[in-house]
Amino acid sequence: MNALTDTQRNATTATGGSGNGTGTAKPSARRRKPIRTRAYKWFRVVALVAIVLTFLAPLVWMLLASLKTNVDIYDASKAVFFSPTWENYDNVLGRNNYFTFIFNSFWVAFVSTALSLIIGIPAAYSMSRFAMRRSALVVLMARIIPGVSLLVPWYYVFSNLRMVGGYEVLILSHMFVALPLIVYIMMSYFDSMPLELEEAAQVDGLTPIGAFTRITLPLSVAGIATAGILSFIFSWNNFMFALVLSGANTKTLPVAIFNFVSYASIDWGGLMAAATVVTIPIMIIALFTQKYIVSGLTAGATKG
Amino acid sequence: MTALSTETPQPGPAPKGPKKTGWQAYSDWANDHRKWLFAAPAMVFVGILIVFPLAWTLYLSLTDASGSVRAESDFIGLENYAEVLTDTQRFWPAVGRTFYFTIGALAIQMVLGMCIALLLWRPFKGEKFVRVVILLPLVATPVAVGMMWRLILDPNIGFANQLLNFFGIPGQPWLSSPETALTTLLFVDVWQWTPMVVLILLAGLTSLSDEPDEAARIDGATAWQRFWYVTLPLMMPTVIVAVLLRGIDALKTFDILYATKGKGGGSFNEVETLNIYAYGLSFDYMDYGVASAVLILFFMIIVACMWLVTFRRKGSK
Repeated sequence: MNALTDTQRNATTATGGSGNGTGTAKPSARRRKPIRTRAYKWFRVVALVAIVLTFLAPLVWMLLASLKTNVDIYDASKAVFFSPTWENYDNVLGRNNYFTFIFNSFWVAFVSTALSLIIGIPAAYSMSRFAMRRSALVVLMARIIPGVSLLVPWYYVFSNLRMVGGYEVLILSHMFVALPLIVYIMMSYFDSMPLELEEAAQVDGLTPIGAFTRITLPLSVAGIATAGILSFIFSWNNFMFALVLSGANTKTLPVAIFNFVSYASIDWGGLMAAATVVTIPIMIIALFTQKYIVSGLTAGATKG
Repeated sequence: MTALSTETPQPGPAPKGPKKTGWQAYSDWANDHRKWLFAAPAMVFVGILIVFPLAWTLYLSLTDASGSVRAESDFIGLENYAEVLTDTQRFWPAVGRTFYFTIGALAIQMVLGMCIALLLWRPFKGEKFVRVVILLPLVATPVAVGMMWRLILDPNIGFANQLLNFFGIPGQPWLSSPETALTTLLFVDVWQWTPMVVLILLAGLTSLSDEPDEAARIDGATAWQRFWYVTLPLMMPTVIVAVLLRGIDALKTFDILYATKGKGGGSFNEVETLNIYAYGLSFDYMDYGVASAVLILFFMIIVACMWLVTFRRKGSK
């Protein structure tokens, strides 16, 4: 992991900036089109349809089941055609008080992401500009450590402080997920950002910190958005920490889903409605911020 | 707007500074030490919440701590490790399952991911739609995904068996049988995480230059030869990154296993991987000493796997 050469830097900015860089592939594909055989074209269409069905059908099935009564779920003849009902959502949002859990999930994800951004962005900047590879490795180690190994000490300390079951613990534990992610994404973002801008700002009289807050940060909005969105999603989806550290009133959605599973039986309709309630907000975010999510997930992947 | 006016110094913070000497001193100090000042909050956080607990886990693994987190415990040296490493009932099967699950899921994800990435590489009609669809499993909450597949794969009411019956194939037990549960979950993992591999490989493919491929084409190479001898070697760094990222997460898979089979990986521990085992030891059996030993060994296994992958990369170059 040495400093990037200029060409690599350009390459990463090109892919990181424009999402998938489909624009660059277009001209060459047009040039190649005549060579492609008909058979391959058809194979490709069939394969693409199969891919879409494979990834989409289960989610659609979940959505459909959430709109069925438990009797209809057991009836194979009503797999696709049935009279939809809001009963399950009534049950989930009304009787089971899911609005509390939605708020919990949102609040924990939001605050842990915000705090991680505040401490993670300067750290990533420092680690990128001063090539603090060993310090970076310590932060990124958090991506490798099995979460369970931190839970026992956390549980001990926080239960002594009488904090288990509160939002603070959940937020702190989710920062463990968010911070390494943010540092990782922002480091690769700062790595691909030319030094010259900051140097020019300093020549014009800004202090180094001034150059960071007035020049670098405003130019990093796309990277910050990427890191923030991804960290929000990962925190929203996190299950294990809340399973141990949340109390009855601070449960997050992934833990609350288990309310619908008991040893005796499963309320399938309610369970699918709950699963849909967890998944839908994240999917809506994903639809609108697709570009950022993709560039975040693939950050640093093309550096080699 | 004359050219002169733009050249006059802006009333920014720099001219303001020198007037206040106290502030200036702070500012100078901060700027001189910005390297550590910027990194400090994150480093302190990591130190308190990660390094310290990890050290504690290491210590716990050498004691007989159990029962309550507040209970007294004695130092017993490497006894826990001896107990764990000779445990052929739970520990070694869990190691086996962890590797079966990880290697299986990873291999399928890499091959499928590469195929799909190659399919999506060149532009086509409806490309945007396909890319959005591919993103959905990836961002879906893993616990919800586990529950979703639990319904779809239910032997009696699930859509999977209805589909098989429609084609005249007898229904499968899927998650409910100890023999097929882990493999079924492996495919659930493939469903959820192949898109991640696709995205990473696509980013790599689009950053490749066209010339090597073009040159091979002119030399008369077939599509397969161009992929195998030109594209794939150029893609190797990206492939390694994908293997690393996915491999680490697959080793630590917890959510879908717990959501579908519950505590202990089912009544026969059929899907109990190292992570599930360590979780059960910690929070169901409260056997902190042994659990910590398992976790330290698990951590060493993960680091060893990462080292193997990155070492092989350096060796091949």
